[in-house]
This record gives sequence, C-alpha cells and structure tokens, in this order.
Amino acid sequence: MDAGGAILATRRQFIHSIMLASAAIAAPAFGRTISGIPWVPGLADRPAVPDPARTFFTAAERACVRAISARLIPSDDTGPGADEADVVTFIDRQLAGFYGRGERWYMKGPFSEGTDEQGYQSESPPAGLYRKALAALDAHCRGSHDGKAFDELDAGVQDDILAAMEDGELEFEGVAAPAFFALVLENTIEGFFSDPIYGGNRDMAGWRLVGFPGARYDYRDYLDHDGKRLDIPPVGLAGRPEWKTP
Amino acid sequence: MARKLPPVDVVLVGFGWTGAIMAQELTEAGLEVLALERGGWRDTPTHFPPTLAPDELRFYWRHEMFQDTARETLTFRNNASQTALPMRRWGSFLPGSGVGASGVHWNGQTFRFLPSDFIAASRNADRYGPLPDGMTVQDYGVTYDELEPHFDRFEKLCGIAGKAGNLRGALQAGGNPFEGRRSDEYPNPPMEMTFAQKQFGAAAAELGLKPFPAPSANMSRPYTNPLGVQLAPCTYCGFCEKYGCGNYSKAIPQTTILPVLMGKPNFTLKTHNEVLEIRRDSSGRRATGVTHVDVHGEVFEQPAGIVILCAYPLQNARLMMLSGIGRTYDPRSGEGLVGKNYCYQVVSSVDVFYEDRYTNQFVGAGALGMVIDEYNGDNFDHAGLGFIGGGYLACWTTNARPIETHRTPEGTPEWGAGWKKAVKENFLKSTSVSTHGASMAYAQNHLDLDPTYTDVYGRPLLRMTYDFTPNDRAMTAYLTDRAREIAARMGGREIKVNSREGAYDSMPYQTTHNTGGTIMGSTPQNSVVNRYLQSWDVPNLFVMGAGVFPQNAGYNPTGTVAALTYWAAEAIRSRYLRDPGPMVQA
Repeated sequence: MDAGGAILATRRQFIHSIMLASAAIAAPAFGRTISGIPWVPGLADRPAVPDPARTFFTAAERACVRAISARLIPSDDTGPGADEADVVTFIDRQLAGFYGRGERWYMKGPFSEGTDEQGYQSESPPAGLYRKALAALDAHCRGSHDGKAFDELDAGVQDDILAAMEDGELEFEGVAAPAFFALVLENTIEGFFSDPIYGGNRDMAGWRLVGFPGARYDYRDYLDHDGKRLDIPPVGLAGRPEWKTP
Repeated sequence: MARKLPPVDVVLVGFGWTGAIMAQELTEAGLEVLALERGGWRDTPTHFPPTLAPDELRFYWRHEMFQDTARETLTFRNNASQTALPMRRWGSFLPGSGVGASGVHWNGQTFRFLPSDFIAASRNADRYGPLPDGMTVQDYGVTYDELEPHFDRFEKLCGIAGKAGNLRGALQAGGNPFEGRRSDEYPNPPMEMTFAQKQFGAAAAELGLKPFPAPSANMSRPYTNPLGVQLAPCTYCGFCEKYGCGNYSKAIPQTTILPVLMGKPNFTLKTHNEVLEIRRDSSGRRATGVTHVDVHGEVFEQPAGIVILCAYPLQNARLMMLSGIGRTYDPRSGEGLVGKNYCYQVVSSVDVFYEDRYTNQFVGAGALGMVIDEYNGDNFDHAGLGFIGGGYLACWTTNARPIETHRTPEGTPEWGAGWKKAVKENFLKSTSVSTHGASMAYAQNHLDLDPTYTDVYGRPLLRMTYDFTPNDRAMTAYLTDRAREIAARMGGREIKVNSREGAYDSMPYQTTHNTGGTIMGSTPQNSVVNRYLQSWDVPNLFVMGAGVFPQNAGYNPTGTVAALTYWAAEAIRSRYLRDPGPMVQA
C-alpha cells in the first residue's frame, strides 16, 4: 500500500467509527423487533452534509480538477460554468467522504479490466483513482508541455488532452485514462446540478442556467401550462442563498 | 452456534410489496407471521419527508435507497466466454433494500399483463409456428382470467388512477382497447396530462392509434383504500422513481398496508436481519424454517411452518441456490431449473425537441403518461417480422432531475461549450417517446453462483449471464421505428432516436425489471414453482416476485407481481392450510 492508501485506510477507520457512533443515534431500529409504527419524533433521516473542513485534494490536485471541470462545463456567454458553481469543492468533499472511499461500492478483488459493459473495475475507489490519475496527468503535462501543469496550459491544449483521455489515446501508467475521464465528467455534472448543500451548484448556478426550480414538491397549479415557459426561481433543501442573514 | 427462536406459523424472507401483501393476507387468516428484512425500518416522515426527498445526489447517485453493494452485489458477463466481474455499483437496475424495498422507490406504472402474455408459448406457436431454436419461452400455468380478481384487488389497494378499456367485455372509449376483460373500472380517474402527453396523444390518434392514460399509483385525488388507509393527491413534484414520496401520494407498502398490518398482534417485523439459508428436515422435502443473522453478527435459527421468499427476484434465486433447493440450471446440459429463463426489459426511446414550446418537465410524476398498446404482446400480426412479443409506447413526463435528465439533440458533444449550450437550450423544451419491450427467454441467459466473488459473509455472489437476443433486437428495432413515427408528428423542431443496439450494458440505467430464475409452470420438469407459486420440491416453501415469470412481457411488472401474490395467498388460505402438501400433483 502506498502512502496515499495508508492515509485513506486510516481515515476510513476513523470515519467508520464516527459513522457507527452516529448510526447508533440516528437509527434506533438496528436489528430490532418491531410491532406498531416505530416513528420517533425529531429523528428525521438527515442528509450527510459534508464537513467543509474535511477535504481530499492537495493544492495542486485541486487546481488541476478545477481546470478540468472548467473545460467540461466552461464559463461563457451562455452563463456561468463549473467554476462559478464551485464544482471542484463539491468533488473535493465527495472524495473526502464515503463516496471517495467507495464505502457503498463492492471493492473486493480480484480485479481485472473487464469489458465496457461491466462498468467500473478499478482497484481504487474514486478518491484513489483521482489521486493516481491526477499524478499521471501531471507527469504527462509536465513531460510534454515544457514543465507546465495542466492548469497552466491554454484551454485548447487542455481540451486536446481531455479528448485524448476520453478516447484512450493517452495512456497512463497503472490507471485507465478513459475510466478517470468518465468519472470526472460524471462528478462534474453532479457538482453542477446537485443540491447546494453538497458544496457545488453555488448560488444554484446550474439550476438557474437550465431553469430547474430545485427542491420543490408541489406543481399542481402549473399542470395546464400548455407549452408555455414556466419561470420558477429555484429553491434548495436549505432555502435560497439570499435568505441567509450575515 | 445459532440460537433457536420460538417457532412461528409463517416466516417471510424480505419485506417489500410481496411481503406486505402476504403478511396482510395471512395474518387475516389468523396465522402468526414474522417478516425478516435485511434493511432498516423506513417511514415517510422520518426517511423521505418533502423537505428531504427531492435530493437527487443522495437518493439516486449515492444509492441511499438501494441494496448496499459493499455488502453484496452480483457479478455480470454478457456470455459464457467472458469472466463475470462484480457490479461494483448499481447501474442498469436498482434493487431496493429496507422496509418497502423497491416498492418505495418505484414510479407507480401499474399495468396488467395481457391475457396472451400468460400463454406466450402456446399462443405464439399456434399462430406463427414453432418457436426459434434456443428460445425457452413457456406458459405461466395461470391465466389472466384467474388473476383478474387479484389485479382488481391490488388496483383498489393502491388507488390506481386510470381509465378502463374493456369493462366486463364492453370496450370503453379512452381506455386501452387491447387490455383483458376487467371486472371493474379503476378506483380513481386518470392523472392530469401535461403538454407533452397531449402532443403524443394527438400524434398517435392521427396515426389511427388509440392512446390511453397510463395506470398510475400516483394519486389523482384523495383516496381511502379498502383497508381504511388514506392517500393524498399527487403534487406532480417529479421525484418518484429512485425516491420515496414525501407526500403520501404514491402507493407503497407504507401508504397502503403497513398502518394496518403493523398494529396486528400476530405480526412481527425484524429489521436488519438477513436470511442466510432455508433450513430443511432430513428428507429435504420439508422446510423447517430459516437461518438468519442480525446486524451484530448473531446467528439465529427461526423455525416456521411455512417459508415464503419475498425478496427481490435475484435474491430469491440466490437463496434457493445457497440452500441447495432444486438444481441450478446449466445451459450446457440444459439440466436444472433454478436460475433458468432470466429475462429483463428491452427499452429504447425517441426524443423530441421543441423550438418554442416548453414541456416544463419538472411538472411531472412517475406514472404521468399517455400510452399506446397496438404493438404490445400479440396485439398485432407478427407474420414475417422475425420476432414475437412487443411492448407499449408511451410519452411519460416523470421528472426534470437535472443530473439524470438533460436531453441533447443529435450531434451534441458529450462535454464542453457545445454540450452546455445544448443542455441549456433544450432542458425545458424536450420530451421523449419511450418503448417498453418484452424480453423473451433464451437458453444462454441465466443466473448461477459465481465461482470467485463472495458477499460480506463469504457466500458466493449471484452471477448473471445475459445479453440481448435476436428476438429482442428485431423487436426493439420495430418498436423504435413505431416510436419514431409518432415522435415525428409531435410538433418538434427535431427528433433523436436512441435505439437499443450493441451488447447489453450493465451500467446505464434501463429498468429495475429483472425477471425469471425461479420460474412458474405446469410441471416439475419445466418450473421451480407450480401455478400457486409453491415449490415443487419443498411444498411448504413458496416463492413470490417477478422471478416466477417464465419470460417478461412488455409491461412494468409490479401489477402482475402483486396479482400473483394475492393469488398465491388465496390458495394458501383456502386450500393449503386445510390440506398442507402439494397443491398440484406432479
């Protein structure tokens, strides 16, 4: 196990103990016998909102992923992109949490590459895959582009590199570039469109861009819209940014 | 060493739709019923209230409502020449976990299979000649007419919104003219359709087709079901499939049965208890109960007079294999039955993009749709077409959850400025005509135990060997062409055809309609369970769920799964309890 893996393992153990502790509080029904409806007041099953202090990326990794996401969903005259939506913060917090550690994924070996139809088969959970692929990408960029990191390259060059990763034309040592590209694209779209409580979609930039009203639950008044545009401002699980008092 | 618990009359393995129905029916008969569910308790105000439910990342993309793949998944390969690898996360289908299971996160599209679907083998052979080599389609062993009262019961339990097309033999305008004879109208009127459904309906009618409103388990008005449980009107929030409904508007076990069932003194539920094995006596012909393990790792022996498998179909088949009941199917020899006839659903779509009309798809619901059934089952002449079966075509407006649903026109790049512009321009202005095709059984598609990968307890994972078949490919090409004809007339600027081509891919979401593996039929030589869903080998063992489908029809399975459960429950109550033993003589 490399140093990054050791850190991950330690973190995993730590988080696991925290999760067990909180599960005991939040889920009194563990392994129990139930008759009647066991509803308990005040125990709503709240989302696991990430702790802003818990991050995964190094500064260099963060700069690289920020640059990648900004090419995948660029800021342009159609409106704000991944950068304004702070997608990199979303990804950073996701990778620092259960998702990055692959805690809900089947991660037992043996591992082999598999066919396209067999899906994700990396030995590394998402955080590990990012770490390896970002190191390989950095080495490639510095080796082929006068010692420059990905985020220091021109947008056009960045796009060419991303396309080469997507198509598998660019090969990384010990990690599949297309698998990494597919994951970072998936996570970027998640970060652009998920509820702002997870750190991305800042100021609901993603929702505003497309016209999605967010976490609303009653549209009965709009059923007969008859093909006319509905302009309904978005609201998130935690309200709207402008509701917050300083 | 397993701790032995006091015996119960009936133990249910799994507690979703079939478990809840069976528990309700058998407790009414006075039996003491215990349900074992490996997931946790779930109720509307705690787990999916309106303030928490509309969370796309959490519930879909982070799999909050689904089986935990870290503990157990299945392995997958397209064919026997490949090595199956674990589905490390869910993709093409999403088995549920916890109380209510997949019945909590379904859309609510509640169809009845056609009368001809239950006799698919004999009907098609009579009309078109012998079935192709390798096709292992067979009759269900139960008929539509026998199931009709049970379809009706489930529709009334759920408050299904719809319009009858065939009421006691008389065709009804506005309903599905191809459906089997119904004894009664739907308990609730159809849902309110939006712009997209109206465009689809007009285009279909122009082509001489007969569009009808989809039967929906999303309430079209306030409803009190026959058990006295109340459901609230649907608010068209667009968070149905993959989510729990925060508004008591979708029929799920929690909103239809559990408020009554949970208070019964002869019913007990144990959560976070996973069944490891079905136990049998020394003869092997009688189940004595189950072995289960709780979340702390303590193992229990639970004696029971009747064992009923009510887990997800894939899980029921695996538990049979792990318990050594029946012989696992081997496609090389054709011997064995458990794991045979695994089928799925073959879906495709044609998107429609409007220039200056808005579909506003966030105003949606899981079963909000208009449907045509001209190309389903044997509703049309298949002579010369090269396939049997078919599927419905529908224009659903289920959601605009943006991570999942952002359609882009033909030629749009996958990322970058071009992608972003296309998503922005089309997000509120697109819809889709989807095809929902049947899946016919073939000898090579099957389930067995994986030789390499194991679950959290060290037991083999289930292995799925599956690919689309020549019948599927011809059928979906035909259905997609029909969808294109309708989509082209819906007044859009352009359409985009999303054909189902290439090998079956286990990752992009298609449907959670996995069927077969514990199939029903007429003899112990062709099936795992008889027409009453009773094991041929172990007569006090019953198997519920879509695993009993010998092949899958061109409809969503829940309505038929529930009808079969009521049918089996009635047989247990009226016949088995009086005279325990095989209800069909082999």
